[in-house]
Amino acid sequence: MTSEPVVELRGIYTRFGEVTVHRDLSLSIAPGQIVGLLGGSGSGKTTLLREMLGLMRPNAGSVRLFGVDLDNPDQLLQRSVRRRLGMLFQHGALFSALSVFDNIAFPLRELRCLDEDWIRRLVHLKLAMVELEPGHGALMPAELSGGMVKRVALARALALEPELLLLDEPTAGLDPDRSQNFVDLVASLQQSLGLTVVMVTHDLATLAGLASHVAVLAEQHIVAFGPKENVMTSDHPFVTGFFGADRRKLL
Amino acid sequence: MISAPRLQLESGNVSLSGDWTLAAMLPEITDLQSALAVVPSTAHWNLSGLGRLDSAAAVLLWRNWGRSWPVSLEVSEPHRTVLARVADLPDVVLPHERVRLSPVLLAGGLALKALGNLRGLVAVFGQFLLDMLYLLRHPREFPAREFSANLYKAGAQALPVTALVGFLIGITISYLSALQLRNFGADLFIVNILGISIIRELGPVLVAVLVAGRSGSAMTAQIGVMRVTEEIDALSTMGISRSLRVVFPKIFGLTVAMPLLVLWISAIALFGGMVAALLQLDLSLSYFIDNLPRAVPVANLWIGLGKGLVFGFVIALVSCHFGLRVKPNTESLSSNTTSAVVTSITTVILVDAVFAIFTRHIGVPQL
Ligand SMILES: Nc1ncnc2c1ncn2[C@@H]1O[C@H](COP(=O)(O)OP(=O)(O)OP(=O)(O)O)[C@@H](O)[C@H]1O
Ligand SMILES: [Mg+2]
Repeated sequence: MTSEPVVELRGIYTRFGEVTVHRDLSLSIAPGQIVGLLGGSGSGKTTLLREMLGLMRPNAGSVRLFGVDLDNPDQLLQRSVRRRLGMLFQHGALFSALSVFDNIAFPLRELRCLDEDWIRRLVHLKLAMVELEPGHGALMPAELSGGMVKRVALARALALEPELLLLDEPTAGLDPDRSQNFVDLVASLQQSLGLTVVMVTHDLATLAGLASHVAVLAEQHIVAFGPKENVMTSDHPFVTGFFGADRRKLL
Repeated sequence: MISAPRLQLESGNVSLSGDWTLAAMLPEITDLQSALAVVPSTAHWNLSGLGRLDSAAAVLLWRNWGRSWPVSLEVSEPHRTVLARVADLPDVVLPHERVRLSPVLLAGGLALKALGNLRGLVAVFGQFLLDMLYLLRHPREFPAREFSANLYKAGAQALPVTALVGFLIGITISYLSALQLRNFGADLFIVNILGISIIRELGPVLVAVLVAGRSGSAMTAQIGVMRVTEEIDALSTMGISRSLRVVFPKIFGLTVAMPLLVLWISAIALFGGMVAALLQLDLSLSYFIDNLPRAVPVANLWIGLGKGLVFGFVIALVSCHFGLRVKPNTESLSSNTTSAVVTSITTVILVDAVFAIFTRHIGVPQL
């Protein structure tokens, strides 16, 4: 396997009016890494994920996914790149008019080459992965609890068996037990499929349990990126502030 | 990065290689399915050379094996877990709820829905009256800001479009009537025709249709989105009555704004009619204006304004009712907005007919 980076950001500048969110930000994520993206609230982590997805264009700089520049005009190439990634949005972004089952089945049906039985099995498999009952499939998104929304959104993000998984605060709103299960699930998926994961999280337990690498977003760019052990023991003021005194215990 | 999935069948020995993932299988999915289908059920499955195996491929294999483990299987431990996950899945088929559409059920459902809407309308109406009483006793709590905002949005901002529509309709009616009247040599009656039809009937109905599409749908959508995003709940936790602050100003605002809009559109439509009469029949503007009060008793103006008042009230009531019925999903939001516009226009036409019956002796010039 060539180790061409899965995600490559170069010289990203992002501005909202007068506010500069990213200044000359660069980051390169290799296949198989599970990167925890840290940063204070409002530091532009969600914005960075949106730029990786191509939902937003940075003001300057280039974003490459699987070696394909997102500015490449080839529609088919772009679509094939999108099929290889899954995104869990911070607030779920479930289709409110579709039931849980249909939400997860939606991307599968869009492929137009799987039969209904296959789709049904896959959906139930994903539901089981995120510890939901098959019966929950009939519920509408408005009838779910906050944590269930997160889990359904994760199931939908996993539906297409993505190679790259972008997670925006996946364990916020889950009880500790469930977040531990989430950590186990992503870890086992990573093992069997060689997933690459980028996750924004404020949850130290998730970070310590799952991430192989840590990137720290502060002062509008990535101030530290590397294997978890190296970053968490570094002496950058944000890192020491974020993890507090007992950061070594977490490792 | 991806290597294509391969299947080799040699004397009862099946070996899979390459990546068996959804993305890798997609280009040749039918070929793979037919290749799998011809494998004899007693074959030895060798999956040790497999690259990646995801759950989509695991489901494919599992179905191919007839939903049970094959007799002899060679597979690495991580892949076995993936397969086991599929194997452990209970083989449930959720009973698909088929709604049986018999005419009786359909009619009953429609009737129940209509009754439910009627009840909702009565409830909004009753709440409006209660709020009115409350405000009479506590005039300082009158939601003045919301009221003026609604007056501005539903009234002032509707001025240009109503003017345009009124002017064009005035010209059209005047032009068509003039063609007919000239045949009878009854040119002068254009004043009567335009005056009565526009002031009494067209003005109020035109405005009602425009406002139902413009402000009625906006009201439903706004209340609906507030429900979807739980803003309504946030309001009530702050001890603010949603009916007093959200619904009341909308109904009251539109009820006040509509008669004014009726006046405005009638004036502009008459002006359009006058211009067309001038061009078509050489009827001078001053003649038209001088004769208007004689041809059209002032009662017609009061009827027109009264209609405007009632129509505005009805549109706002219906729109708020449907807004409050929105369930937190996009489908419900769009269907309720549609229902609001359709129902309010229909109701306005119905009310207009009732008006016509009860005012049939009033304001008709006796020649
Ligand atoms: N569409 C937008 N228009 C203007 N400003 C925006 C927009 N989206 C985000 N911002 C600003 O960009 C900054 C970064 O926002 P972002 O959502 O990326 O933060 P975040 O790091 O994800 O924070 P959190 O951890 O709280 O989710 C914020 O200051 C926000 O106000
Ligand atoms: Mg965020």
